[in-house]
Amino acid sequence: MEDEAEIYANGSASAAAETPRRRPIISGEQLDIEAYAALYSGRTKIMRLLFIGERCDNVSMQMEALRMAYDEIKKGENTHLLREVVQKIDGRLGPNYGPDSCWADAVDRRADQRKEKLENELNAYRTNLIKESIRMGYNDFGDFYYAHGALAEAFKNYVRTRDYCTTPKHIVHMCLNAILVSIEMGQFTHVTSYVSKAEQSPDVVDTVTSAKLRCAAGLAHLEGKKYKLAARKFLETAPELGNNYTEVIAPQDVATYGGLCALASFDRTELKSKVIDNINFRNFLELVPEIRELIQDFYTSHYASCLEYLGNLKANLLLDIHLHDHVETLYDQIRNKALIQYTHPFVSVDLRMMANAFKTSIAGLEKELEALITENQIQARIDSHNKVLYARHADQRNATFQRVLQTGGEFDRDARAMLLRACLLKHEYNLKASRKQH
Amino acid sequence: MGGGMNLNMNSAESLVAQILGLSGGSAKDLAHLHHLLKQSDDLLLSSDSPPASLLSQLDPSVHSLGYLYILEVCTSGPISKEQSGEVALLIARFIEACKADQICLAPDKFISVCKRFKDQVLLVEAPIRGVAPMLTAVRKLQTSSEQLTALHSDFLLLCLLAKCYKTGLSVLEDYIYEVDQPRDFFLYCYYGGMICIGQKQFHKALELLHNVVTAPMSAVNAIAVEAYKKYILVSLIHFGQFSTSFPKYTSSVAQRNLKNFSQPYLDLANSYSTGKISELESCVQTNKEKFETDYNLGLVKQVVSSMYKRNIQRLTQTYLTLSLQDIANTVQLKSSKEAEMHVLQMIQDGEIYATINQKDGMVRFFEDPEQYKSCQMIEHIDSSIQRVMVLSKKLSTMEEQMSCDPLYLSKVGRERHRYDFEDLDSAPHKFNI
Repeated sequence: MEDEAEIYANGSASAAAETPRRRPIISGEQLDIEAYAALYSGRTKIMRLLFIGERCDNVSMQMEALRMAYDEIKKGENTHLLREVVQKIDGRLGPNYGPDSCWADAVDRRADQRKEKLENELNAYRTNLIKESIRMGYNDFGDFYYAHGALAEAFKNYVRTRDYCTTPKHIVHMCLNAILVSIEMGQFTHVTSYVSKAEQSPDVVDTVTSAKLRCAAGLAHLEGKKYKLAARKFLETAPELGNNYTEVIAPQDVATYGGLCALASFDRTELKSKVIDNINFRNFLELVPEIRELIQDFYTSHYASCLEYLGNLKANLLLDIHLHDHVETLYDQIRNKALIQYTHPFVSVDLRMMANAFKTSIAGLEKELEALITENQIQARIDSHNKVLYARHADQRNATFQRVLQTGGEFDRDARAMLLRACLLKHEYNLKASRKQH
Repeated sequence: MGGGMNLNMNSAESLVAQILGLSGGSAKDLAHLHHLLKQSDDLLLSSDSPPASLLSQLDPSVHSLGYLYILEVCTSGPISKEQSGEVALLIARFIEACKADQICLAPDKFISVCKRFKDQVLLVEAPIRGVAPMLTAVRKLQTSSEQLTALHSDFLLLCLLAKCYKTGLSVLEDYIYEVDQPRDFFLYCYYGGMICIGQKQFHKALELLHNVVTAPMSAVNAIAVEAYKKYILVSLIHFGQFSTSFPKYTSSVAQRNLKNFSQPYLDLANSYSTGKISELESCVQTNKEKFETDYNLGLVKQVVSSMYKRNIQRLTQTYLTLSLQDIANTVQLKSSKEAEMHVLQMIQDGEIYATINQKDGMVRFFEDPEQYKSCQMIEHIDSSIQRVMVLSKKLSTMEEQMSCDPLYLSKVGRERHRYDFEDLDSAPHKFNI
């Protein structure tokens, strides 16, 4: 009897016993913005901070993010972004965080000079027709525009270098630049196409570059809501990535994005072979223990604990510049997967126990199950009176008879309709032919 | 007989004599008589003696062909309302009595007489008087049960007006494969569809309406537009959904235009797909006038009640037991009493399998008890197989015929020629016309 109870609870009892050990969920608490920002560099760091400043409800966190964004912008040359962040700060951080027009003017002046210099250089290279120099010239222009926030111009110049690439290595370099700008612009179709272009010369691509390309492709798939493909890409990412791609992604993100996408889209065996037994990916997972734990919980059917981890992480994930749009969908899919897996091995399931395992009410659970049954994701029926879910074994024989009769009927109907249409066409054609004769 | 043939045809009397003489004879005699009759239209019109008096000398069951010609002349003039009943009776008697093999020599005359008959019964507002004679007329005119005659649509119209749906169905049960006039076909399918709707045979109705909507057409016609509207409504009632995309064989004219004429209906289908009664009801309210002027409001009401049914049916997929109150809540019925009525009706109609426990207000749903083991079922399956076999044989004959049709081949050959030369060379034996 006791055993049975444990089976029904599906491990929630043992999970409860272990909870004290698992309790501390670090990133479930308020986001440590400084630590978070330290993971990134370049433009994405600023954009991520601005995103937090925009989305966060907590005013002190908001100000903290904006302050750090301001400081970060001052280190660069993007006066446009400075104006933007100053507008957002709106004087709330004191006189030190105002529109520093001195700085802005100086930067703009320097930019004009630099641009003129670059133009002259490029013109000189072009008259001399030295391919490599022209490529460098365009590349410098790309860098220049990127630093000043003119992303479309930057993209154009980076892509222009393509005509002057002489080695496959140059092409890969060009692709990486194009990918970087495209990600910042949110143009993920470009990302996909430049990733595949870069992967066409595999012998030149080293492990780090290849890991970068995997991440970029993963992001593109994530953006396109193709979670399974995204998961595959992130899972294939080599641990050599390390902190080499901080201008786009941190290794922690690889674990989070890959882990969540995998949970939402993989089946049990795939989850085991491609995530849990994946030695490469384990390196990433170690960086975000909560994700590692919740994947483990999911696999060992400790759904309550898994869902708890997810619930705690949610607030912070919603502040992620790439993941925020997909959090709800991924969470729904993971929850549905959990519900399906829970019911799968049983002939009958007590809804009270199941509701307990998922920390929800019976009525709520009934609604969720109803939706899943309607979508034919769970083959079962609910005994609402006794609060029991009974598995339903589709009778193959009956279903086959039904299908055969239906198909026969359809064939019959379609064939007759076709004969009739042929008859009408023939009539029309004969009519035309007879008209022609007269 | 030889002497009779050379007789001078100068009076109606002598024509009657010819009819009397030749009607009972061989096929050759009949052909000769037909030839004479064809030339005697003017003679009959200008005759001194009224054609009606000529008719009295003939027996419609023996001299059908001659009778038909004279009857046609008789009824061609204007007929006063007082005479209508009488004329209708005269034609009805003729239809009952005439010989099929004789009237089939002059189908056009027969069709025009029968159409006048229909006009007359409608004029005296007694469509029911026309149903039985018209059915006989259809059967006598048909050379095979697969042929669509020009009288089919008139017969179905009379059935509709007289509400004799069952009689109409008896004709619709025959499979039609031979069609001469597209217009006859369109009307046949449209009226046929309406009759099936009247008998709640939605499956058959859909098939007929589908035929109209997807038929080849070079210009939009009112029949197709009205058929499309009804097609949308019946699809919703029968399947609970409607796909706005046409099958690819639909004429481009229909694909381009039908939707423009049926926006309120498409809106209705859209609101149906939300599964929410309130949205459907409000859509019905907004377009009520339009539905009313189209005479479709009754069908629209059936659409609304089908949604309750559909929602209850969905519950049977999900639940083993559910209280009446819960059913009422989920499908937005006002009370558990109303839910009970719906469930009861659906059990009666065989749409769900369930029992109601009135003591605690619980409904217990069952699976379809059909086990596909009964003799009846096996007979049904067997007959389906037979039907499909016949059909498949028909398809191959049809294909054979078509691949021997010179018109078809010359058209295909020409088009092939235009597109690819090599292909033609590799199969010259196919196109040696």
